[in-house]
Amino acid sequence: MTVRRARGILPGFGLSLGTTVLYLTVLVLVPLAGVALRGATAGWNDIWHASTSARAVASFRLSFFASVAAGAGNAVAGLLIAWVLVRYRFAGRSVLDALVDVPFALPTAVAGLALTAVYSADGWLGRWLAPLGIKVAYTPIGVWLAMTFVGLPFVVRTVQPVLAGIDTHLEEAAAVLGAGRMQAFARVIFPTVLPAVLTGFTLAVARALGDYGSIVFISRNLPMRTEIAPLLIVARLEQYDYAGATALALVLLLASFALLLATNVLQRWSVRRLGPSPG
Amino acid sequence: MPFGESILVAPPIRQPGVTEPAPVRWLLVSAAGVLLGLFVAVPLAAVFATALKGGLGRYLQAILHPDARSAIGLTLLTAAIVVPVNALFGIAAAWAIANFRFRGKRLLITLIDLPFSVSPVIAGLALVLVFGRQGWMGGWLDARQVRIVFAVPGVVLATAFVTMPYVAREVLAVLEAQGSDEEAAALTLGASAWQILARVTLPKIRWGLLYGIALCNARAMGEFGAVSVVSGHVRGATITLPLHAQILYDQYDAVGAFAVASLLALLALFTLVTKKYVERRSRPI
Repeated sequence: MTVRRARGILPGFGLSLGTTVLYLTVLVLVPLAGVALRGATAGWNDIWHASTSARAVASFRLSFFASVAAGAGNAVAGLLIAWVLVRYRFAGRSVLDALVDVPFALPTAVAGLALTAVYSADGWLGRWLAPLGIKVAYTPIGVWLAMTFVGLPFVVRTVQPVLAGIDTHLEEAAAVLGAGRMQAFARVIFPTVLPAVLTGFTLAVARALGDYGSIVFISRNLPMRTEIAPLLIVARLEQYDYAGATALALVLLLASFALLLATNVLQRWSVRRLGPSPG
Repeated sequence: MPFGESILVAPPIRQPGVTEPAPVRWLLVSAAGVLLGLFVAVPLAAVFATALKGGLGRYLQAILHPDARSAIGLTLLTAAIVVPVNALFGIAAAWAIANFRFRGKRLLITLIDLPFSVSPVIAGLALVLVFGRQGWMGGWLDARQVRIVFAVPGVVLATAFVTMPYVAREVLAVLEAQGSDEEAAALTLGASAWQILARVTLPKIRWGLLYGIALCNARAMGEFGAVSVVSGHVRGATITLPLHAQILYDQYDAVGAFAVASLLALLALFTLVTKKYVERRSRPI
């Protein structure tokens, strides 16, 4: 009984934890172990060859650069949007707030179709960009755009509670001591929200790196040019090249785990800096 | 927490020295509005505009087509299986994590978050490698004439994988914020485990649970990448709504594709309305 008391006083520990672990094992661990096992049986040589072919390298390069660029775009845009939503009151504020959640709620395939329609050369916005020589659909810019779309809510939603929790006395003190608004922002506000911005950035990059539905339509999957890594995995699967698909998947999984780890470290840093987050 | 509630309650700050001059404020607000408009509002509007480009008759024809109806049926069936299962799992997981101390708790939370960081395509691939004909269990399943991949069970499993964390995350956030004092009080008053769950915990978590279910449902009905890999695109059998939209689009039937997509966009709008409602109801008084 001493053990139980140490765990907590409420009933249902065995049942709830047992159910959770069993479900996670069947649904998540077994399939992912299947990928790892397949990689192990394929052998390092095959994995190396499959993931360093020119087409694979081109897809990884596009996936990594475009998702980091999308994360960077989201960091800037997200900070701006979070700032405006927290600090200012204006007509349509709750509409803007609701729009931030649209990329979470909208199925990725719908987002992909919608972005393609709007930004193709004869689309509502694409036709204004085409005369300027900017092609969005079916180019790496389109890939970046779709990735930015799916990652948009992450920075806003991680920064918003931190901004709302900032004690304005610090800013008042900065103003009294002669700091301008830019100085107060750079020296007081920005350092406080930086961990949250970086957390949102890594979440957005992770999401962009793995996404498929939002990108498949706007990229048109031209090998070596607009083909991202998840698309190449699907292409390999359609040719029944399971070893090739697994090799690419392992590289992508490794990157996702690294980002997950980075997110955890950043969140702990953020908690240390601010105390338990208000959100 | 990526799904944290938005903060619209705090009053804006207007003291001089702690806010910006009016033109700067106006400029920043406009920039945010233009960004969200061009990136989010315009594409969302384009879905409905394109869907209705051929008139209402053409729209209805597209969404009432037998293939569309079969896709709607499979999408509803998948959600009807996946959402309750993931809701029960979410409550169990949140109960275990919030109320007890045990080894490996951090690892468990990471595992629950895993589907958020794993590419949906890899989730599909994993199911193919385990349950597919060439997979680890393929021979065993084949001998028993059970088909999982390229059949409905595969679609359900893929959907369950990608939507697993939503309810668990939302309910856990509520339980951790509110603590378990009320449950402990019920226990000392002689309530049984199920009584505590039904009378204390469920009423406490209902709004978080509702929002988690809404998110889980939206993702379940809209999942594309994972389902696309395991579906095999069997006409009339394993085509969900998003896959049907893609098939129409690839056949150059843009109006049909967007008509089908508009159903999913409406679902997304419904989810957002649920969120606003939940936020209003669960706001501390």
